[in-house]
Amino acid sequence: MPDRVPLVEMRGISKRFGAVQALQDVHLTLAPGEVLGLVGDNSAGKSTLMKILAGALQPDGGQIFFRGEPVRLASPREARDLGIAMVYQDFALAENMDVAQNIFLGRWPGWFVVNRRAMDAAARAVLDELGIEMPSLRQPVALLSGGRKQAVAIARAYAASPQVLIMDEPTANLSQAAAQQVMGMVRTLKAKGVSVIIINHRIEEVFDVSDRIMVLKHGRNVGTRVTAQTHIDEIMALILRGEAAS
Amino acid sequence: MTQNRWVAWMQRYGMFAILVLLCLILGLMHERFFTTANLLVVTRQAAINGLLAAGMTLVILTGGIDLSVGSVLALAGAVSAGTLAATGDLTWAILAALAVGTVLGFINGLFVAYPNLPPFIVTLATMAWARGLTLVYTDGRPILIRDAAYRFIGGGYLGPLPVPVVILLVTYLVLWIFLTRTRWGRLIYAVGGNEQACRLAGIPVPRVKTLVYTASGFFAGLTGLVLTARLVSAQPTAGAGYELDAIAAVILGGTSLAGGRGSILGTLVGALIMGVLDNGLNLMNVSPFYQEVAKGLVILGAVLLDWALHRAGALGLRPAAKETAPGEGSGPDPSALASH
Repeated sequence: MPDRVPLVEMRGISKRFGAVQALQDVHLTLAPGEVLGLVGDNSAGKSTLMKILAGALQPDGGQIFFRGEPVRLASPREARDLGIAMVYQDFALAENMDVAQNIFLGRWPGWFVVNRRAMDAAARAVLDELGIEMPSLRQPVALLSGGRKQAVAIARAYAASPQVLIMDEPTANLSQAAAQQVMGMVRTLKAKGVSVIIINHRIEEVFDVSDRIMVLKHGRNVGTRVTAQTHIDEIMALILRGEAAS
Repeated sequence: MTQNRWVAWMQRYGMFAILVLLCLILGLMHERFFTTANLLVVTRQAAINGLLAAGMTLVILTGGIDLSVGSVLALAGAVSAGTLAATGDLTWAILAALAVGTVLGFINGLFVAYPNLPPFIVTLATMAWARGLTLVYTDGRPILIRDAAYRFIGGGYLGPLPVPVVILLVTYLVLWIFLTRTRWGRLIYAVGGNEQACRLAGIPVPRVKTLVYTASGFFAGLTGLVLTARLVSAQPTAGAGYELDAIAAVILGGTSLAGGRGSILGTLVGALIMGVLDNGLNLMNVSPFYQEVAKGLVILGAVLLDWALHRAGALGLRPAAKETAPGEGSGPDPSALASH
């Protein structure tokens, strides 16, 4: 897809936390409808980069382009309005609230009184579209299993009709079966034309669903590969040594 | 299952059951408890604490605390009485009390929400300076109320009900609708449940916080008005320690100090339990010193019960702890769920 304008382009992104240089001159491109695997060791800067793209963190330097236009993502809300939504690693759910309230957290229908009927219907529609089966929309999220919480978090991101959906280690705390379900959702999203960036430590899963794989190490780009043209060993070498085995 | 149901029922209505039980016991022990006159005394006394606790509930639902309500109440009452003396106009006197409360609450809210200072410290400071201002304003002396219409707010009746009780009921009805139905009411719960998640979801968390402290201040001002009218004077030391009774009523009502869980009707029950207890101990001629001991023990016992019930609920009411896939039902037959 080299001829097309990337959906997202991040150029020269840097971010510092006190004495720690979390990101240094990082580039990223994402094509429409593409699934990009973002991998790297712990503290490689993956989550930081994605939080910047989701508007939750502000970069110290660099530029972000959306459909070729330079954009400033001052808050998660601005990113969401633009079409970029993120599923956070800790789910970021209000566990005391119910399923539907979490799916539309911050965007409840109704101006003064919350329109429960409209919200429930819309929540059910979102869940159905993603093939998520949820017995009750009125159950507090605290009572759900880890897999269901993750499903609610994904449904919330998807409910914002994003063009880019970021997932930060969506399978980290899930059983094998639940992880497979999440990977199935990634394929569903791709089929609907949504671009997905997925951070994942389980490399096999990344190979399963991604079109390209981007590797970060110590806050720098160390390589990007087309999934179909690479091998787990090469990616592992990039992650561990920062260079491809020759 | 039956045990789970019992736990769920107790979680919901346990404190109400305790209130009824307490009333029955007091009724048996003292023939005067169930007289209309006495019940009106109980509710009128509970109204003061109940009004303060209403605002306190909003604050605690967000995970905050407001220690300043007792002092805010005193300043609002004093300024109101002063305004009445200066203008002779009841409307201005009422507005003065509400305005003082609202402004002080708003100041609390700004400091808690925007620099994100700990509410305990911010409202502790307000508790001190508002009390100081009250003493300065009154010169340490009570301001007497001579206006009959003003006194009516504290001592009058609307039909069979004392005016403070009517104010209390209207307050709780409005807040109940607000908290259960409206966007901003539900946002208060969401912020108490997970502030960070709310920020990430684009919810204006600082505005929600400012709102609850402002509301708490408003109700403290309203309480100041009612108390001043009832005492027929603004006392510079009025309301000292009332914040603790208000917090106790909220906790008795089942609202979690951690935020996100609780109900305004629970607080009403909590305030009534405290009122009934006060009244019962008085009727039985228990020495005031022992009354404090009894109150403390009841609060501790109630909170322990609440803790035990929610612990039981957390253990028993959850679905099986084993991981289920997001799309997987707990039941084996997916078609059974198609009806949703």
